[in-house]
Amino acid sequence: MKAYLTRRYMVAASHRLHSEHFSEEQNCEIYGKCSNPYGHGHNYAVEVTVSGQVSSSTGMICNLVDLDECFRREIMERFDHQNLNTRPEFTSLVPTTENFAVVIYQILKREFQGAHLEKIRIEETANNSFEYSGEGQRL
Amino acid sequence: MIYLTRKCEFSASHYYHNPDLTAEENLRIFGKCANLNGHGHNYTLEVTVKGDVDRTTGFVVDLKQLKDILNSEVVEAMDHRHLNKELPEFATRIPTTENLAIAIWNRLDTKLERAKLHRVRVYEMPDLFVDYYGEQ
Repeated sequence: MKAYLTRRYMVAASHRLHSEHFSEEQNCEIYGKCSNPYGHGHNYAVEVTVSGQVSSSTGMICNLVDLDECFRREIMERFDHQNLNTRPEFTSLVPTTENFAVVIYQILKREFQGAHLEKIRIEETANNSFEYSGEGQRL
Repeated sequence: MIYLTRKCEFSASHYYHNPDLTAEENLRIFGKCANLNGHGHNYTLEVTVKGDVDRTTGFVVDLKQLKDILNSEVVEAMDHRHLNKELPEFATRIPTTENLAIAIWNRLDTKLERAKLHRVRVYEMPDLFVDYYGEQ
């Protein structure tokens, strides 16, 4: 019996949306106040959805302790209370929440072996959320 | 096709224990959930049904009927109950959130008349939920 499990984590980080491919005016026009030079921050709510058969022995898709530990090690250690622009993952990538979702997806896809990674969903604010399921995007 | 979601809440206790495993293995796999005295959660259930809108009523499902089914099959059966000890589904199965979603699906699936069950989502806590879409 296949089921889907979703765990929600909070990651606090700052970022600035700014691309060197654009002029100052273009950055300002495209990104608005998100392009302010000193950046700003969010409490990102990151939802990780995994899927798999429910084990008849444990009743679980995967052990939540393993997922929590993997998220702590691979995502919290990298990004929590950090400036995303200063991270190597974003040296040539604008740290929009779209790209943040793709980056987190790719890290967890590589590092978490306990179940099939289905989706990353990030709420940047209560009004904006972004989802990535691994299709059609290579960074 | 229209999807309709109805929410309800229930509070229940449970513990995780597989009698085929040793006490040490249970503790290693299930951690503090293996405490045989049990613990509890405020569960939130979201049930999504789907179907075409009835031309006469404008409904995809009779909400009163859905609410009655949720009350009898889930709330009355599970609210303020001990899942391991009072639910027949968990006599031999561990009441994880995964298995709870499957048990609720099986309870509801045959009871619905017009609309079809699409998804059962069970929140164990605000930061943890399981979705089940039936056999896939």
